[in-house]
Amino acid sequence: MTDVRVFGSDGLDATIAVLRRRGYDVFGPTLRDDVVTYGPIESVADLPVGRGDEQSPARYRSRARGDGALFGYAAPVQSAKAQFLPSDELLWTSRPGDAASGPVIERQAAERRPVAFVGLRSCDLAAVLQQDRILTQRAHADVAYAGRRAGAFLIAVTCSDPADTCFCASLGTGPSPGEGADVSLTEIVGDGPHRFVATPGSPRGTELLDAVGAGPASDEDVAAAHRVERRAVTRMGRELRTDDLVGVLYASTESPHWDAVAERCLACTNCTLVCPTCFCTTITDAGDLTGGAAERRRVWASCFTKDYSYIHGGSVRTSTQARYRQWITHKLATWQVQFGSVGCVGCGRCITWCPAGIDLTAEVATLRAGDTALKSSRAAGPRPSPRED
Amino acid sequence: MQTIEELLRAHPFFDDFDPATVALLAGCATSVRFAPGEVIFREAEPADAFYVLQSGRVALQVHHPAGGALVTSTVEHDEVLGWSWLVPPYRWTADAVAVAETNAVRFAAGCLRGTCADDPAVGYVFLRKIAQVLAHRLASANRRLLDLYGGGDRP
Amino acid sequence: MTAATARETVGTDPMVPRLFRVVHTRRDTRDTHTLVLEPTDGVPLPFRPGQFTMLHSFGVGEVPISISGDPAHPEVLEHTIRNVGAVTASLVAAQPGTILGVRGPFGTGWEVGDGKGGDVVFVAGGIGLAPLRPAILEVIAQRSRYGRVVLLYGSRTPEDLLYADDLRAWARDGGVRVETTVDNGPPGWTGRVGFVTDLVPRAGFNPVTAFAHICGPEVMMRAVATALRDRGVSGTRLRLSMERNMKCGIGLCGHCQLRELFVCVDGPVFDHDRIGPLLSKWEL
Repeated sequence: MTDVRVFGSDGLDATIAVLRRRGYDVFGPTLRDDVVTYGPIESVADLPVGRGDEQSPARYRSRARGDGALFGYAAPVQSAKAQFLPSDELLWTSRPGDAASGPVIERQAAERRPVAFVGLRSCDLAAVLQQDRILTQRAHADVAYAGRRAGAFLIAVTCSDPADTCFCASLGTGPSPGEGADVSLTEIVGDGPHRFVATPGSPRGTELLDAVGAGPASDEDVAAAHRVERRAVTRMGRELRTDDLVGVLYASTESPHWDAVAERCLACTNCTLVCPTCFCTTITDAGDLTGGAAERRRVWASCFTKDYSYIHGGSVRTSTQARYRQWITHKLATWQVQFGSVGCVGCGRCITWCPAGIDLTAEVATLRAGDTALKSSRAAGPRPSPRED
Repeated sequence: MQTIEELLRAHPFFDDFDPATVALLAGCATSVRFAPGEVIFREAEPADAFYVLQSGRVALQVHHPAGGALVTSTVEHDEVLGWSWLVPPYRWTADAVAVAETNAVRFAAGCLRGTCADDPAVGYVFLRKIAQVLAHRLASANRRLLDLYGGGDRP
Repeated sequence: MTAATARETVGTDPMVPRLFRVVHTRRDTRDTHTLVLEPTDGVPLPFRPGQFTMLHSFGVGEVPISISGDPAHPEVLEHTIRNVGAVTASLVAAQPGTILGVRGPFGTGWEVGDGKGGDVVFVAGGIGLAPLRPAILEVIAQRSRYGRVVLLYGSRTPEDLLYADDLRAWARDGGVRVETTVDNGPPGWTGRVGFVTDLVPRAGFNPVTAFAHICGPEVMMRAVATALRDRGVSGTRLRLSMERNMKCGIGLCGHCQLRELFVCVDGPVFDHDRIGPLLSKWEL
């Protein structure tokens, strides 16, 4: 018998309060500059109450929903990535030591409280689990990331009102949260009382639900939650065929279609910055002017920059064609070979926040359609002339 | 002491020639030896010979604008020296200087050209072998033009 | 990040370097220097020939550099570094006594031992001889276990030839046939002039038993691999070492990706069968 609970928005408020009392920095969706983004929250009042959104290629608009929904919008501009893999992080500092022992290196382990998320999108939950696998479950672990993730508490939420740019259903990453959350919520609005159907996903999730006094859900509660999920599936604006993505993208290596994408792509890096699974980082080392103290920082990097592939003498990927190809091929194809799953969770952020409105689902469909034809027309052709940037 | 015919048959350049042809060609040839520093031919002079190297090393060099000469490639045992004798205007395109004690078989160009003209089948084999030498030398020069180890910036 | 910091055990974080002291430097060519390092804590750094470290100049930056020392002597760490940027400029300027940071060793090795019983062909271009040097030393140390051993080495000019003393010693005492060639010969140069592929046809090895190890610029490795395969060396007995941008060295930063490969952990040394098809794709 599955343990399913139900509580009202006061129960959600209590949940946030309990987490805060237990020492968590609690993050949830907030409205900032009229855009939903995850930020620190102290109570339900900090959530985007009654707000929805409209997302389409290169377009994001916040809107009033006309109801009291707390989670009635699609993907926030940023995922949970910024909390677990910060965009700029001090790794260590060094100061001159004595001549015999050399510089003294100190790791900067901030006395930071563990992070809790309340209202993490199902797509973003899937992305967190992907980054866990990439950054902590391979030959070498990212120590700083692993530390932040180890203590984190995740309350995920079913996406009830997906956007035109959403396609998580294609990837099996939503609209309902999969495994990995401590608690999964479904918000029910306008179908009986405003309430949250909650399923614990871990012992501490169960314990939290007990602590806030969440009672058992009725059959009708469960049925209402299913209706939310089913309606969301039918309202996704996009889909992505996932069969043979490796074959399609490998076969497209020399496709002329990259020229067509590069005509539009500004190589601005927006897609990689908003992507919840993109994990590339770079290292910056700096010293003070006296040459004494030094520090190492790690910052987000993007495969759309020329610098990303620079080795002495020049960059490997000088053209925008090659850089877009690298991004989408990694995301959808080589990611599978490397990590065992598609690197896309269907959140649609790269479509919404691309200033040129480039839509990876459309680009893949074009490559898929042109698959065989392109091979013959381009295989022996010249490489495209690099675009200056 | 090997005969010229034996020297030729042992040389990879003549792998594709039948023995009778090699014997015929040997009639155009003499054995020669060059001391280190000895000039074998000079750029722009009439290309009147073809050399098959048995040992040693010959530098092909072009005059450097700043004076002196730049060695653009070297030829050694099992290789051949000179292709200009085969194609008009029959003038050398570089200087050839022995940089080591070098033993070679020298063919008189007129005799070879006559043999090729008389027997187009032999001429074709010669042309194909020389084209191979040229193609190899061109590929080698092109790759070196990239200055791969010099740190030249990528284009 | 808050101001509150805590000193932790640094040994557990692969992003934190170990400290090494420069004990000896040598200028190899006009732009290339060799640094000999010793760990400040005295703990040796064993490595497999072909592996690299992330070498750090404090306050300047960090770059991947192949280890060029003798694997039988892990108590010293040798790197041969070409001055091509800010970090390498700082490294080649390091004087004895300078403390550098070292992370690693990382990546795959040549595994020359796979070729025991057969001939071994090393083909180097430019500074590509440095990553091959530990492998050559490993073979020489067990010379009787191999057949013919050939080193074909191309460089830009005679002045750019690395390890002149080694080349002589390997030929004289190491049982290695060393053939060098330069791109262009200055006046009076009596050595060979030509591309390194020109050496392949007359290198004198059995392509069926031979194991070949190639290191140099990608264009050079492509040409050499083609020449060796044309002579019958199989793609699983032909290895080459790739160079890509690397920031972490441990497969986390993403920069070094070449299709599905992380050059830092899947490489840098790859079988030609695996890497060859990728080398012909533009800007992959």
